[in-house]
Formats: sequence, structure tokens, C-alpha cells
Amino acid sequence: MGGTTAFWYASRATGIVALLLLTAVLVLGILVNRQGRLPGLPRFAVTSLHRNISLLAVAFIAVHVLTAVLDTYVRIPLVSGVIPFASGYERLWLGLGAISFDLMLAMIITSLTRGHLNRILWRAIHLLAYLCWPVAFAHSIGSSRDLQHGWMLDLAVACALVVVAAAGWRLASAARQLPRAARVAAILAQHAPHGPHGSRQAHERISR
Amino acid sequence: MTMAPVNETVNEAGNETAHETVNEATGGAIRPSAAGLPRLLPLIPGVPEDLRGHLARYGRPPYRGGPGHLIQAVEQAGLTGRGGAAFPVHRKLAIVARARGRKVIVANGAESEPASYKDALLLRAAPNLVLDGLQLAAQAIGASEAYLYLHPGASPEVLRALNQRAAVGLDWLGVTIAEAPPRFLAGQESALVNRLGGGPAVPTFVPPRVTERGLGGAPTLVQNVETLAHLALIARYGPRWFRALGTAREPGSMLATVHTNDISQVVEAEIGAPLRTLVNPEGAQAVLVGGYHGTWLPAGTVSTLTLGNQALSQHGAAVGAGVIAALPADRCGLTEAARVVRYLAAESAGQCGPCLNGLPRMAAALAELAGRGHRRQVRADLERWAGLVSGRGACNHPDGTVRFVRSTLTVFAPEISLHSRGQCSATNHGATSRTPFLPLPAAMPASEEDWI
Amino acid sequence: MADTLRVNPINCTGHGVCAELLPELIALDEWGYPIVDPRPVPPALDLEARRAVAACPALALKLFRAERTADRSA
Repeated sequence: MGGTTAFWYASRATGIVALLLLTAVLVLGILVNRQGRLPGLPRFAVTSLHRNISLLAVAFIAVHVLTAVLDTYVRIPLVSGVIPFASGYERLWLGLGAISFDLMLAMIITSLTRGHLNRILWRAIHLLAYLCWPVAFAHSIGSSRDLQHGWMLDLAVACALVVVAAAGWRLASAARQLPRAARVAAILAQHAPHGPHGSRQAHERISR
Repeated sequence: MTMAPVNETVNEAGNETAHETVNEATGGAIRPSAAGLPRLLPLIPGVPEDLRGHLARYGRPPYRGGPGHLIQAVEQAGLTGRGGAAFPVHRKLAIVARARGRKVIVANGAESEPASYKDALLLRAAPNLVLDGLQLAAQAIGASEAYLYLHPGASPEVLRALNQRAAVGLDWLGVTIAEAPPRFLAGQESALVNRLGGGPAVPTFVPPRVTERGLGGAPTLVQNVETLAHLALIARYGPRWFRALGTAREPGSMLATVHTNDISQVVEAEIGAPLRTLVNPEGAQAVLVGGYHGTWLPAGTVSTLTLGNQALSQHGAAVGAGVIAALPADRCGLTEAARVVRYLAAESAGQCGPCLNGLPRMAAALAELAGRGHRRQVRADLERWAGLVSGRGACNHPDGTVRFVRSTLTVFAPEISLHSRGQCSATNHGATSRTPFLPLPAAMPASEEDWI
Repeated sequence: MADTLRVNPINCTGHGVCAELLPELIALDEWGYPIVDPRPVPPALDLEARRAVAACPALALKLFRAERTADRSA
């Protein structure tokens, strides 16, 4: 339970906004990967929103950590934002927050330096998103009384449902995807020659 | 003049050809191989030389140490690659020789072209020439690893040769035999390196070229087995000997696989020999030159051309894999071509969108043209797809397929018109459907394991 | 010293972002894959070209120095 300073309010507010932003980033990331579109927007909007909102989330988390540190009611060392379990106050839950923030930083730094990195390494680190979000979620619920009841809890649960649904859809889509060698055979079968009458003009593209 | 050997002919123009029938061992007189043919093929056709015979005929490989002599000799000889690309061999040698650090050499015996038998025959009949070339080139570039990349089932004579050579300490570097899957792309340079590195035999994006960064990141020299055999002879007899046959721009001899109605055989001919000494254009409606990435030429044109890229390129054709297939007049060229394009489509690595999507559609369109009465849109679609896929893959598979398709549309245009009216000029329909003229493997790849 | 755009067709999965950001030099074929103008990038479009390269989700679009548009050997 914290004090009632402006810093403490700011920390809680930026925290909940960060959770919303991270939820949006994850969903957008899945959309990018699956080549999904946002209605009425060009394709580059999906990629740009994904990147920009992730940077915005980091900014919000930075403020979230700083304001928590600056609030004097409880002693939270600055480094506990990135070093897990360095805080005496709520050691476990804040530790989870630091872990998720570290994962985020890894993902963002590797994405900013993508051109110089091995593709497989970049992808492996980026897949940590599916670990990062649940850890951030656990941090949110565990370290804040706000989120444990009322409309804030509803909001947090709604975010969790969205993430589960999106990740589930992503998994199902991957399971449906044909491996490389099978794609050729599939397209060949799809375009098996027909006679001059009633031919099927198959225009679909087998997704890669 | 004594009785002419059974399997050799010298025609009026003095051009020489030597024949090696693929599946038979026949008799023939022995001839010294001073300046004439055969150079690569055995003196007694059908009887492969063992190591003793090889050493008696050629002597030990002339190791000179270091790159200098051999690469210069190869440059003066003007040897170009016999794997299809006809790239100057000395340039590839020099690039890898210049590089620092670990280097790899691979003898490419993965003859993935279904209509070509020359590499398989050479490996069976004269493996020691190939292995000599591999060793000499390995020493010239300073390789520390040597591989022989073969399709399964090609090894017995090669293994025997390797063992015999090891027993007398003939080899400068140990050779590892690596297996190539039976895929059309398995012999492609970057696919080969990919396979040797443990991955599937599918091409990778270039740059970097394998001569800069290949197997395990090391500069890798990949050379066709026939090229290495020529190199082994150049090292012994010198560039002037090599240039005694062939033309000034394209010196030497080459192996070709000739398909006619009666027979398929591997021929060693000097470059520049008239094509009509290799295949009789009469009775053929068209001749496929190069292979399944090659070009159809009308029979009339073929009778005026010589074997070599200089002459062939003026008609949009190239020597390629050395396949010369004279389609008999009684066959349906469209049906044959459609089967080939379907095979080429199935053999796509499926990595690049344009190839993956374009080739199956082209195959279906060509099959429709080969049928009775096609939709008007089909021809336009085929032309559009041909333009779309060429140059947009990571390798030359779509380009080569488009070359074959376009020459089919050109040379068999009258046939297409016939078919659109429900007719066909082929009189041998039973033969066409049951025993096709152009050879193709029965099995198509279906899963990842087929590429390993 | 103009650079040339090339797409790595193995990495490209047809997102189509490049064609939106650089329609002057990149069009999409009927399957959604980019057709890239092979000529050197005009100086006026250099910045846009770099943005397009950075924006590709698959990192398939690349800028090559003029001398190094490597030929492919079969």
C-alpha cells in the first residue's frame, strides 16, 4: 500500500497504460507476422504502429519506474527497474516487472540493430514477447492493489483474454502452414490441368 | 587404313566423334589418344579402366605444388565449365586460390538433368581422371577439404578407385563422398554447399558467392566432374594439346548425351563439330539442345549449326548440360514439353514466391495447350507468367524453365494451332503416352526428407 | 555512387510494405511479391529507399553498392 503523492498516482496510471500498450503491441506484432491488415489502413501502418507503440510503451514504463522510485513513501532503488529482485519493497512482484522490462529492452535493441544481426537470433529473441507479456501481467496484478478489484481488474482480464485469443490464433495459423517442400506439391495439385470447359482459375496464393 | 573401330567415326570434314553406349560393353580397336578422340572416354568402350590401366595410359598426376602452373595452364587452354554454366575455370580457381584461410573443393557429380548421362558414365568409366583433376585443383587452390558429391547409387566404381588410390598414396588430399538427393536443383552450386553443410539441397541467396563464402564460411570451389577430367589432362599434356581440338573461342572436347528414336548414348565430340554428325536431323521435327533448361531448335536449323555456344547462341540456345535430343516426327512435342515443365515445377525448391506460384501455373497451362482445344486465355496467361518469374528467384530455375517454355511456344507454334482445333500431328499416340521420348524420373518430391 | 535495390526472394514472404513506401521503384505481382526496378536508385529517392529497406518485416529488401549486384550462377 503506497502513499498518496502525485508520484505514486503517476506510477499507477502509467503502469496501467503501459499494460494496455503492451497488449496492443503484441496483437499488432501477430498481425504483422500474419500479414493482417487494419481496416482502412495501408500495410505499412501495421508495421509502423507495432514499432511506434512498442517505443511508446517503453517510454511509459520508464516514467512508471521513475515515478515509483521518486515517491518517498517506500524505498525502491532505481536499479530495480532493470535488475530483478533488487527492491526490498514487494521484492517478487517488482522483480517480475524488471524481468519483463529487460526482455522488452532486448527485443527493442535487437530490432533496432536488425540489419547487423543473424536472422535466427533476432527471431529467437523476438519470440520472447510471449514470455514478456505474461510476466508483465503477473507484475501488474501482483504489485498493485488497484488491479485486484473493480474496473481495473476487468480491464486487466480483458487484456489477458485478448492476448490468449491472439496467441491461440497465431498457433493455429502456424499449425496450418505447409512446410516448404509440401507447398510445391500443394500448388501443383491445386493447378492440375483441367479441360477447356469449366476450368478452375485458382488465384489464391499458398501462404509462405 | 585399318578397319575402323566399331564405336568411332571420322566424317568427311575430319571432325571426330567417339561414342560410348550407355548400357552395353562392345568391342572396339585401341587407339592412342595423342591429339584425337577419345580423350575422356576409355579407349575400349564399355570397359572402364582400373587404376593400373589409368596409370599406364596417363601416368601419375603431375603434382607441381602451389597454384602457379596449373591455373596458368588452364587459362591458356581456355577451359570452361562443363556443368552447364560454361564459366572460365581459371577465374574460379584464381579467386579461391587467392583467398586466405581454410578452403574447400567439391567435385560435382550430381548430374541432376534427367536427360544427361555423361557425368554418371564418366564416373563409372574414368573415375581416376576425375579424381586426378580433383587432386590437382585441390593442390592448386590450397584446399584442406575435398568432397565428391554424388547421387545415390553412383559410388561403387568411384569407391573402388578411391581405395586403390589410397593404397598407393596417389591422393594429395583425402576425399569425402557426400550424397546428393535426386533433385533437379541438387547440383546447383549454393544448394550443393547447403547440403554439404547439413541442410537441404535448396539454393541460398547470392551474394555471397560460394567462392567467397561457401561451406562453413570457407571459400569453396565447386567444379563439374567432366571439367575436372579435362583439367587432369591439361595438367599432363598442356594447353596447346588441349587446343588441338575444338575452336579458338571454345577449345577442347566435350561429352554430350544424344537421344534419338533408336538410342540414347554419350558421345565425346570436339567443340565445333557439326551437329548433324551427332544427330540426324531427318526424321526429327525438332531438337532440344542443352537440357530441360535448354532450347528447342527446328530440325532444319540444327542441320546448319555446330556444337558450341558461339553458333548456338545466335539462335538463343546454348550447350548447357550437353543434352541433344532429336524429337522424332511422329511424337507430340507439346505433350513431351508439358511433362517436362510439370517435372520442373515439381522440382522447385518452393522458397521464392514467383517460382513457387508461377511454375505450377505454367505447367498446367502448357498441359492445357497440349490437350484438345484450350481456352483462349491460356496462351496469354502463359506468356504473362513467363515474364513474371524470370529473374525473380534466388537461382536460375525459373529462368531456365521459362527458356524451355518460350522455345516450346515458338518451335511448336503450328502444333499449338492444330491442338486448338482439336487435332494433333503425332501419329504415334500409343508410343507418346506409354513410353515418352524425353526421360523423366517417376517420383516427385513431396516432403522435406526428399531434399536431404 | 548510386545503390541498387534487390529483394532476397527466399526471405520475402510478400508483405508488400515496400511497394507501398516506394511505388516509384517497386510494384507487386499478381501474387503479392515485389517487382523491383533493377536500375540504380535515383538520388531523390535515396531516403525513401532506405526507409523501405528498414520497414520490410522480413528484412528481405536490401540496398547494394553499384558494383556488387552479383550475377547468379546456376
